[in-house]
Amino acid sequence: MADPMRVRATESGGVVDVKILMKHDMETGQRKDSSGKTIPSWHIAHVAIKAKDKEVFRGQFGTAISKDPFLNVKFKGAVKGDEVVVSWVDSKGESRTDKAIVS
Amino acid sequence: MNKQRRSVVQITALIGLMVTTGLISQSQAQDWNKAAFDGKSLDDVMKALGASGFEKSNAITLNAPDIAENGAVVPVGVVTSLKATQMAILVEKNPSALAAQFFFPEGAQPFVTTRVKMAQSSNVYGLVKADGKWYVASKEVKVTLGGCGG
Repeated sequence: MADPMRVRATESGGVVDVKILMKHDMETGQRKDSSGKTIPSWHIAHVAIKAKDKEVFRGQFGTAISKDPFLNVKFKGAVKGDEVVVSWVDSKGESRTDKAIVS
Repeated sequence: MNKQRRSVVQITALIGLMVTTGLISQSQAQDWNKAAFDGKSLDDVMKALGASGFEKSNAITLNAPDIAENGAVVPVGVVTSLKATQMAILVEKNPSALAAQFFFPEGAQPFVTTRVKMAQSSNVYGLVKADGKWYVASKEVKVTLGGCGG
């Protein structure tokens, strides 16, 4: 199982600000190991955010997103106490889902 | 077990994993836009995204540093006053130009910030799709230490 994300959601003036720090190596497929062999790419491909069973954000990542990706997005339609659910799926099919309560 | 059957088993396991996440549906997980992410230039990527062209727009703000000391972690943000349905971040001189593509369902604010890798000093593009048309803002970011290849 992949390492957990850190998710923080804060509401202000009707807009929820979501900050996410994912834990992932995000191998580019460009690097070589000590024996000169190319390390195959391995990266988060999909990210989705839901609040109150409604999708509020979706994204696709390429290999150019930094290691341990950071993502900051905003949406309307949730209030303090609601749950925000964040998921990712990587290029090997591994996945991770974490939740946060809007504060 | 013959080879074909083994690959079927693997694929089934993979799909099962994706479905258990709940949020990312099977069809979404499969439609990672490989053509766009393989694109080497702005034009390649725009074609793969199905855009016939794009216009420069002052309504897009691209937040990126003038100089990035570490190309492995370059903060890039895109915010716009347009009614954005999609956004994309491109780094022109990276091995693959497209860094990320974002979709904004109803309720989402046209705002995103993330961190990208940059192989070398390059133009960074923030693309916004609004009303079926693509708009672009760009900024040159100088990198003193590359983020790819290591």
